[in-house]
Amino acid sequence: MDMIEVKNLIFKYPQQEVYNFNNFNLKVKKGEWLAIIGHNGSGKSTLVRLIDGLLAPESGEITVSGIKLTPETVWDVRSKIGMVFQNPDNQFVGANVEDDVAFGLENAAIPREEMLIRVKQALERVGMWKFADHEPVRLSGGQKQRVALAGVIALKPEIVILDEATSMLDPEGRLAVLEIIHELNRVEHLTVISITHDIDEASKAQRVVVLDDGKVVQDDIPAEIFSHRAGLIKIGLEPPFSEKLKEELIKQGIKVPDEYLTKEGMVDWLWQLFSKQ
Amino acid sequence: MGKVLLGRYVPGDSIVHQMDPRAKLILSFFFIIIIFLANNWQSYVLLLTLTIGSIMAAKVNFAFFIKGVRPLIWLILFTVLLQIFFSSGGTIFWRWGPFNLSYFGLINGAYVFCRFVLIIFMSTLLTLTTAPLEIADALEKLMMPLKKIKVPVYEISLMLSIALRFVPTLMDETAKIMNAQRSRGVNFGEGNIMQQIKSVVPLLVPLFVSSFNRAEDLATAMEARGYRGGEGRTKYRVHYWHTSDTTGCAVFVIVMLILLFVRHW
Ligand SMILES: Nc1ncnc2c1ncn2[C@@H]1O[C@H](COP(=O)(O)OP(=O)(O)O)[C@@H](O)[C@H]1O
Ligand SMILES: [Mg+2]
Repeated sequence: MDMIEVKNLIFKYPQQEVYNFNNFNLKVKKGEWLAIIGHNGSGKSTLVRLIDGLLAPESGEITVSGIKLTPETVWDVRSKIGMVFQNPDNQFVGANVEDDVAFGLENAAIPREEMLIRVKQALERVGMWKFADHEPVRLSGGQKQRVALAGVIALKPEIVILDEATSMLDPEGRLAVLEIIHELNRVEHLTVISITHDIDEASKAQRVVVLDDGKVVQDDIPAEIFSHRAGLIKIGLEPPFSEKLKEELIKQGIKVPDEYLTKEGMVDWLWQLFSKQ
Repeated sequence: MGKVLLGRYVPGDSIVHQMDPRAKLILSFFFIIIIFLANNWQSYVLLLTLTIGSIMAAKVNFAFFIKGVRPLIWLILFTVLLQIFFSSGGTIFWRWGPFNLSYFGLINGAYVFCRFVLIIFMSTLLTLTTAPLEIADALEKLMMPLKKIKVPVYEISLMLSIALRFVPTLMDETAKIMNAQRSRGVNFGEGNIMQQIKSVVPLLVPLFVSSFNRAEDLATAMEARGYRGGEGRTKYRVHYWHTSDTTGCAVFVIVMLILLFVRHW
C-alpha cells in the first residue's frame, strides 16, 4: 500500500519565475525508509513541505495515508506526519524539554492526563526523560533533536520526515538520532523519509531517491546508487568512505569486491583479507 | 545583559517559591498599591516588617536584593533630592533661591527612599522566586477577562514565552557576532558616541537577519506541529492554588487593614 502518493505535481514559489516541480511523481510505500539526496537547492525541502501541506501546489494531487491533501484536510494530513527540521534551536518552541514535547499535544487538544503519560513515554523513548526540566540552552544539538523526535513520537504519527535533521550534529548526536529512527522504522513500522547529505544515513534506508532540479534522476536501493562514484560526484555528494577506500585499494593492486560495502561491511572484509594473508 | 532582562530567578523550594505565580503577581501589585497608603514612620515600619518577613520566608540571600537596588540608585537619589529640596514646611534649615531644606522635605525624602526600596525589594522577590515562564503563565491567567474585549490573550502569552525562550539563544548569537566583528577590527564600547553607534550597526544587521530566519523556521515548525492559534488548545503546565496562597493573600490584606488604622495614628 502506498503511504504517500504525489501525482503530477506542479509548484513554484510565488514571485518566482522557475518551477521547482513540473509534473513530478513519487510514491512511498507504507513502512518504507526512503532517503532523498541531491545537491542544495534541488527541491528536497520544498517537496516535503508540499507533502505536509506547508506549501500549496499549483496543481497536482498529494495523497497521504489515504487522505487527499486539500485545504480542508490539511490538519488531518499533518497529524499523520511528524517533521524534524535542520536547525535544533529553531524548532524548540517550549521553555523546557517537557514543555516542548507537550506543544504538539496541546495543539491537538489532548487531555492533560494523557499528555503527562505521552510526554513521559516519548522522552523515555529518546533517553531524555532525566532532562525533562532542562531549558534548551543547557542541551547539546543532538539532545535538542532527540527532544524534537520525542515531540514527534508523542503525537503517534504514521510518517516521520527528517529534513537534514542530523546535518548540524556531531557524530555522536547523529548516531543517537539515527538509532531512534531505525527503531521507529523497523520496530513500529513507521514510514520514514530522510533528507540527508550523509551517505551513511542514506545507506540505512531501503530506497534512495536522487533529486536534481525537481526531477528524480535515480531511484534505487542504496547499494546500487552508492557504487557509482562518478554519478555521486555529479549530484554533489561525496562518495562514502568505504567506496573511496576501495578505489585506493584498487590503485594498490588489491582485488576488492564489486558490490557496495557499508562501513561495517568494509571492516569485516578487511579483517577477512588480513587474516587470509 | 540576560540577567537584567530576565530578572534573576534563583531556584529553591521555600514556601514563596512554591506559591502560585498568580498569587505572587497579585500580591506584588497589591503591595505597590498599599505602599501609597503609608504616611508616617509607623506605617513604613509595618511595611518593612512585611517585606523582611516575605524575604525570610523565601530563604534567598539578602545580597540579591541589594543588587536589585543598585542599578536604580541614581534614579532613587535624584527623586529623593527633588523631594528634599522642593518641599517646604516645618522648620526651614537652609534656603537658596527656589531650594530650601526643610524638616518636611527631609521627612518626605526619607519616605520616598523607603517607598522605592520596598517596591524594589518586593518585585525582586517576585523575580527571584518565580521563573520567567511562570510569570508569563500568571499574566495569561490574569489577563483572561480581557478576552471578552477581543484581546488575543493566548497569543500574547505564547509570544511572551517564546521571547523568553529565545533570549539566551540570541545572547549567544550576539556574543558570537561581536567576536566575529571584533576580529574584523570593529571596536565595541570605544570612541565617542557617533563611533559607538556606528559600531553597533554591524552587530544589529546580522542579528536582525538571523532573527528573521529563526522566526520563519520556528513558524514553519510550529505549523508542522499542528499549531493553529491559541483557541482550543489544552494546557500541559497547570498551577494549583494552595492554602499557602490564600494564607499569603490574607496576610497582605490584614497588613493593609492595620495600615489603614496606623495611618491615622
Ligand atoms: N521561500 C522561498 N521563496 C522562494 N524561493 C525559494 C524559497 N525556498 C526555497 N526556494 C528556492 O527553491 C529551490 C529549492 O529549494 P529547497 O527546496 O530549499 O532545496 P533543498 O532543500 O534541496 O536544498 C531553491 O532554488 C531555492 O532557492
Ligand atoms: Mg533543504
